[in-house]
Amino acid sequence: MKISKEKFGQSFDALAADYQMIAPVNDSGAVNFKAAKSFSDVKLDYLNSKLPPKSLLFPQHETLLSYKKEGKDVIVKNELNVGKTIFFGIRPCDAKSMLLLDKVFKNDMFTDPYYYERRNNTTIIGVACNKIAPNCFCSSLGLSPASSEGSDIFLVDLGDSYQIEAVTEKGKDLLAKIQGLEELSSADQAVVDTVKSAKTASEVDVAVITSKLDSMFNHSYWDSLGEKCLGCNACTFSCPTCHCFDISEEYRKNEGSRVRTWDSCMAPLFTLHGSGHNPRNNQNARWRQRLMHKFNYFVHNNGDMACVGCGRCIKSCPVNLDIRQAIDGVNKAELVVE
Amino acid sequence: MSNIIDDIRETARQLLADGKVDVVIGYEKGSLPLKATPCFVRSPQDITKLIWDETCENNLAAYVKKTPGKKAIIAKGCDSRALVVLLQENQLVREDLYIIGVSCQGVIDKKKVEAVTGEIISASITDGKISAQGMNGDKEFTFDELKDATCQTCRYPNPIIEDIHIGGTVDAAQQAVAFEDVIEMENKSIQERQVYFREQMSKCIRCYACRNACPMCYCQECFVDSNAPKWLTGGVDPAENLMFQAGRALHLAGRCVDCGACSRACPQNVDIRALGRKLAKDCLEMYQHESGINVDVKPALNEYSTEDPEAFLVKE
Repeated sequence: MKISKEKFGQSFDALAADYQMIAPVNDSGAVNFKAAKSFSDVKLDYLNSKLPPKSLLFPQHETLLSYKKEGKDVIVKNELNVGKTIFFGIRPCDAKSMLLLDKVFKNDMFTDPYYYERRNNTTIIGVACNKIAPNCFCSSLGLSPASSEGSDIFLVDLGDSYQIEAVTEKGKDLLAKIQGLEELSSADQAVVDTVKSAKTASEVDVAVITSKLDSMFNHSYWDSLGEKCLGCNACTFSCPTCHCFDISEEYRKNEGSRVRTWDSCMAPLFTLHGSGHNPRNNQNARWRQRLMHKFNYFVHNNGDMACVGCGRCIKSCPVNLDIRQAIDGVNKAELVVE
Repeated sequence: MSNIIDDIRETARQLLADGKVDVVIGYEKGSLPLKATPCFVRSPQDITKLIWDETCENNLAAYVKKTPGKKAIIAKGCDSRALVVLLQENQLVREDLYIIGVSCQGVIDKKKVEAVTGEIISASITDGKISAQGMNGDKEFTFDELKDATCQTCRYPNPIIEDIHIGGTVDAAQQAVAFEDVIEMENKSIQERQVYFREQMSKCIRCYACRNACPMCYCQECFVDSNAPKWLTGGVDPAENLMFQAGRALHLAGRCVDCGACSRACPQNVDIRALGRKLAKDCLEMYQHESGINVDVKPALNEYSTEDPEAFLVKE
């Protein structure tokens, strides 16, 4: 099916009455996913957002509960008010990243209420990438610029209109509320086919990385990565799949709150014990953690790699430490048989 | 600059071959267009990796303290000023350091290219012209159009200290002290400045790329990472972000060499230099002090003098 952008915009504005609409908008000189009151606020000719949409489900700094001492009692509050939300314009890499985050925040024992309250209330409208940026490499990670995995509704931009298809049951329910669908013409289908056959120009080879990393925990290769790294959090904070966090207490006199804050394996404070001991006590060990977590541990634990090839970490690194080269380095590293 | 790089490589080769240094810290070609990346050369065979051009934007002095052994560093004017401050503050052993000085015409601000061409697909530099092919189109620029804001007001393009100088020098005599940007900010009303900094700080994601790219930010524990006392939460609202940026700027007063590494490192395009520039102007006016231009002079706020005219100084 297809829908003209004009009609889609009308439905978007109508849905805004019942849903919080999140979409790519101009944000101090960049494009980011933020609340959009109307479709006219939405930036449609964006490559991808500067920052990933993960903070909308998993905020960088989030109060889990707050407490206050009153006389001999302690009053604890843990309110979470989440309304129905639509994420519009999510790119295939970021849609996939949410499926990966889903695995992190739920296992057979626990479901994280904070993440899942938001996640369950969110419907994702993904949009294929007609333009592919030079540092995108999603095609190497089982995705493509037009993969609908992770989207509830998926759009392909046809110029004045979108091809529109429901991907999930949630998507079907939302699609029923969108007015003005029409049949796709054969000319439109040709455009869709072109977009869907596109691949990223940049590639990495991840065919053997997981098994190779199994035997690379003690390898001199890590020394070559840590030396140049400044140890900032630009890569992990701009990564749609990085999800490490820290929980701390913020308190004054008789009140306080328990907060969850993004952590970063690149920072020296990461896994620093109260004793002063840190099992990852240098930047080489921290880089090993980053690659191991993405391409080995996560695969063993969740059956998927924790990288979607969005290229944000490459663009944000102040010293141009490129994860594609880091992966390549693992591929080329010689395994020493002891 | 091709003969400069030949001389840099030959110097590096000799230093390594003679065992005078264990490592040469320089630049190699990066994976992105118009981007060099720092590199650590330990073997004479690897010296061909080294490059020298207008994309060598990182301040390599940030690596000197944490790189073990005897090291050579390729230093532009600003890198050398950072080394001067590190020496003033007893952070480096001069004998372990060999400074390969190279005069600098300035570095390219890639963001200026991207503002026109969109994300850069490929680019080349020939005869001082930079041609870039981007997602939104192609454009040829002159170097002056792309010169980083820091380099436009740079008064010390030639290294302050060095063990060898490679290539010619840059005539800096015409560069007067220029603080037009600071004066413009000073002339704004408090409300206007609040609006400006609130917007800038709202972009900050507290990744600390600015701090970590800064050669002067070498504290073992930064105040933002301290939990006893806890100066800051991990919150990323504009007030907390300003507390971090203002705290850092104050700690750099009289020490910041205005290399601009913080601004270039920032993935969020925050105007970090605005605070540092104001403090540089104040230090010059109040203490007649410019950072990193004389090894024998202490940074303005590191000096204790009983002649200090301030009323807070208790005298017998």
